[in-house]
Amino acid sequence: MALLTLFIIMFLLFLMVRIMPGNPFPSERMSADAIAKKRAEMGLDDPILVQFGNYLKNVIAKGSFGKGSSLYNGAPISTVLPQCMANSFKIGGISILIGTLIGLILGIAAALNRGRFWDTFCTVLSIVGVCVPSYVFMIFLQYFFAYKVTIFPFYFDASRFLSSSVIPALSLSLFSMSTVARFTRNEMVEVMDSDYVLLAESKGMYGTKLVTRHILRNALIPIVTVIAPLVVDLLTGALVVEKIYGINGLGKLMVDAISGEGIDYNYVLALGIIYSALYILIMLILDIAYGLLDPRIRIQAGKES
Amino acid sequence: MDTSAMMDQTGSERTVVTDEDFVLDVSEDIQTDKNFASQGFWKGVLTRFRNNTRAMIGLIIIVLIMLFSIFGPMLSGYGYREIVSVRIDGTDVVAKSLSPRIAGLHKTTGDPAEDAFADKTFLFGTDTLGRDLWTRVWYGARISVMIAFVTIFTDMVIGMSYGLISGYFGQTCDAIMQRFVEISNSIPRLVIVGVLATFMPKGVWLVIVALLLTEWIGMSKIARAEMLKIKGLEYIMASRTLGAKNLRIIFSDVLPNTIGPVITQVMFSIPVAIFTEAFLSFVGVGIVLPQCSIGSLIEDGFNNITTLPYQILPPIIVLALLMLAFNFVGDGLREALAPRIEDM
Repeated sequence: MALLTLFIIMFLLFLMVRIMPGNPFPSERMSADAIAKKRAEMGLDDPILVQFGNYLKNVIAKGSFGKGSSLYNGAPISTVLPQCMANSFKIGGISILIGTLIGLILGIAAALNRGRFWDTFCTVLSIVGVCVPSYVFMIFLQYFFAYKVTIFPFYFDASRFLSSSVIPALSLSLFSMSTVARFTRNEMVEVMDSDYVLLAESKGMYGTKLVTRHILRNALIPIVTVIAPLVVDLLTGALVVEKIYGINGLGKLMVDAISGEGIDYNYVLALGIIYSALYILIMLILDIAYGLLDPRIRIQAGKES
Repeated sequence: MDTSAMMDQTGSERTVVTDEDFVLDVSEDIQTDKNFASQGFWKGVLTRFRNNTRAMIGLIIIVLIMLFSIFGPMLSGYGYREIVSVRIDGTDVVAKSLSPRIAGLHKTTGDPAEDAFADKTFLFGTDTLGRDLWTRVWYGARISVMIAFVTIFTDMVIGMSYGLISGYFGQTCDAIMQRFVEISNSIPRLVIVGVLATFMPKGVWLVIVALLLTEWIGMSKIARAEMLKIKGLEYIMASRTLGAKNLRIIFSDVLPNTIGPVITQVMFSIPVAIFTEAFLSFVGVGIVLPQCSIGSLIEDGFNNITTLPYQILPPIIVLALLMLAFNFVGDGLREALAPRIEDM
């Protein structure tokens, strides 16, 4: 099912990029002959389905997405991609990890100390996280900790990966942190008020065991739901953060591909497919995670199939 | 026999009951139950919303920002693309990168390029080209407000009809429509923008089309869920028995009852849309020069952040306030429209 969706998306994107009006070549600088030659070379005159077939064949068999037209002097995309993906995944992974972990801890602390300091702190953080975009937070961090006080490098530096990924990872994690914290708090509070927790308490269960085994486990299920859109937001946020911080990642590649003078069709297409594939993959992982967390869902799914 | 005797005994004191005995006594303060008095649905919503301080603050902020975005540019007296300059000794001195100042309150610094504008007011300062930032920020806020209206339109018209129709007809129709949602949902908004940018000129329209193509999905899910909840109720069956057509059932029987979740969803999707516009403009796909939006102003400010840090603050504050206000109002509406027992 997921593969079919991906296939349809690929086809749609391909269709949109190829059929819609627009010119992949900067026409003022090229003669009509040169354009015609280039078109034939790239196979743009073939019927659309043939073109798509060829494209698909290349992607699946050779893992190649064709060549870029303006970025990186037309180097094959598949040589540029792995490095970018590695950078993006590392920073994205770190930030989602930081965000969920700290968010969870904050949420639990807030729920256990309702109405006291941690609760207020959690509320304030979630408000800030919602209304300050990650790149704005990033600009502040950059200004204060890389310019005013030079603790961290002002731009990304692959040779100093650890110290130069602190600022982007932190700023990207702000949003997920605040959302996870808020949801954890609300879910925890709801579960803590339920009868079975009262029962567990009256049977003499308390402390860590009660929290981890009875409260958290049931509170986690709705939290998993919010992590999915968070990851997608992360993709969007990473776009600007990577651009500002000069990280050679997928987001920066996308920005370069669409915001430059000549728009790079093949890059847009390749990145579109990668982003969509990532999204579908994340959704798939989440479905599996649901089953692991909640036996009811697992059993129900087993019955249906 | 006994009873007639008693009648005779009390007969002399017999009182005649007249209409006057049944007149409501309004002279004294009668204790009427105000807590549990019945009130209409919308009146209750309004009361609960008014009592919510955060929501009211949010609403006030939104109204203020809207007013400023309409009248703000007029107040300053400068145009959004007007480069302010003063003629001194036959040469034009342009008000480049001035810090915020109010006419008359500015101390002279001895720098002629600065002091030439001592009698001018730039509440937010000027940008590197010498344009008044106050004017530009509020001009940019107009774009954000416009985006908010576009979002309301897509949500209410496209998203809601799609969800309601998909939920109402069910079966094959629903299956097909839901597959389509699933596929559209798997394409990140970013990719849509990228693909659109290949054949559309950059500018506000690109942002608007991208929003039109993606914004409806969330709303359609909510509308569908509401439809599935409502369509089995008796009054729908009654309406159908009376001969109502499908369209009538969908749009005049079911739709009014879905309004709560729908309004809440709209309120929450507006800040997301405003944010999207800001970030697209920041990246350089949105607004084109010399127009400006909050996003492009933040980008300008960011380019000069090391030398002129005050330039980035006004647009960021306006953006943050907008996001905050819409979230507050959204929260307030959700609580007011669907109160839970523990909130009462």
